[in-house]
Amino acid sequence: MVVAIRSPRTDVRRSAFDTLVTAYWKPVFKYVRLKWHATPEDAADLTQAFFLRAFEKDFFASFDPSRARFRTYLRLCLDGFVSNARKADARLKRGGAVRLISIDVGEAERELRHQAPNAVDDFDAYFHREWLRSLFASAAGRLREACVARGREARFALFEQYDLAGEDGERPTYAELARRLSLSAADVTNELAAARREFRRLVMEALREQCATDEEFEAESRALTA
Amino acid sequence: MISEPALNRLSAMFRGPDVSGTRYELVSVLGRGGMGVVYLARDTALDREVALKIVDRLVDETHARGGNASALAHEARILARLEHPGIVPVHDFGELPDGRLFYAMKRVRGDRLDHWMTSDRDLAERLGVFLRVCDAVAFAHAHGVIHRDLKPENVMVGEFGEVLVLDWGVAADLARDPGLGTRDSQIVGTPDFMAPEQARGDADADHRVDVYALGVVLETIGDAAPLVAIARKARSSDASARYQDVRALAADVSRFLAGRAVGAHRERLVDRLGRVGRRYRLPILLVLTYLVVRVVLLWLFRV
Repeated sequence: MVVAIRSPRTDVRRSAFDTLVTAYWKPVFKYVRLKWHATPEDAADLTQAFFLRAFEKDFFASFDPSRARFRTYLRLCLDGFVSNARKADARLKRGGAVRLISIDVGEAERELRHQAPNAVDDFDAYFHREWLRSLFASAAGRLREACVARGREARFALFEQYDLAGEDGERPTYAELARRLSLSAADVTNELAAARREFRRLVMEALREQCATDEEFEAESRALTA
Repeated sequence: MISEPALNRLSAMFRGPDVSGTRYELVSVLGRGGMGVVYLARDTALDREVALKIVDRLVDETHARGGNASALAHEARILARLEHPGIVPVHDFGELPDGRLFYAMKRVRGDRLDHWMTSDRDLAERLGVFLRVCDAVAFAHAHGVIHRDLKPENVMVGEFGEVLVLDWGVAADLARDPGLGTRDSQIVGTPDFMAPEQARGDADADHRVDVYALGVVLETIGDAAPLVAIARKARSSDASARYQDVRALAADVSRFLAGRAVGAHRERLVDRLGRVGRRYRLPILLVLTYLVVRVVLLWLFRV
């Protein structure tokens, strides 16, 4: 993805950019909300404007994977952008009426309310965690699509009810899951194991797409599995 | 939305291997290597402890760098083929629910050779262990397998004196890759124990790279002149000047242990007399005693 962003072909560049925006818009929005104390509307505008400017000005073309992680680089670009935008105080000029990406502010705000935002004291770690949440959410979405396409709805239902359950106390037992979905206990074990295996594969695939080099992918996957 | 508990749960899926639904329960980490982590585990079906070697990351799934999973499978197959008391036996091989490959092997209690040698062991005991390592390696060579990473850290000395050669992950299997000294053109091994041709990645490197590594190991065992000479010959930079196989090396070490002349060492007359004296101490003492008694008797009963 990061390599494709430098492509001279506009269609390739645009497609890579869409992937990047999908992975990063929510972490960027939340980060701007919390670190820069922006209102939801202002954060949405800044997020739109940041990605629009990045696309127009090829912010990410100068990313050097040997010097930093892409995530760190993006966050530094974002900080510089928001700082300048605040100084200029020209919100409409930043993005104007142009909308590059689709931002579901309501969903991001609901997530923020659940995350005790006052507790954030390390924004680097926060940004990383939000990126991870976005990566997992995207992989879970792909898993759902794959399961539905193969007629394996029960497999995703198990994964959703057991591994994506909101609170630990809300998790059903394997026996409850078996009853709910009319499966045997052995099927629950096997299907859940298959769903996790597929989920892990999709996460690693998404991670691979986001990394510019094998070395960066190796470092990111090490961080994920450490 | 991915909640905080779910995020923690999903993150945990990437950290450790998932053994759910298998016959194994992980107990603790025994060690980490280049390609995987070795866990102490309980085999619930047979109610016994085993060691599980598991590929430590999921990178292989995307084939970005690949290799660890296939190296683990390669090692498991080699171990399964080499049934020998000095080579750790494999009980099981397969894939965990999370897609990582693993194999189960006997759990060996004891010390690594480098740790074992730091304790107060006499030379004969150390050489006894060395000869058992040679025996296992010679067996592997006879089956077309070159270890390529022999070093004290890869030898385990068990509680009851059993000696096991471990870590066959970079071994060359000549039965599968005839004439291949290095696999996938990679230079493998540990620099301090690597023969020059192995370090260069020569395609014609052969079983004598193990002779070289054993020579380096032998150097750490004792400093008697004949032993030093044996080690020097074993680790000669020219493979043709080394012992041509591990059995020849072991035979020379055995000769030293028995107090006989070794092929690698030209003795001075005084050294030779000393060695013969030590070897035949009892008969020489008896003869000397006999002669002294005889002389005394002759003197007492002289006419």
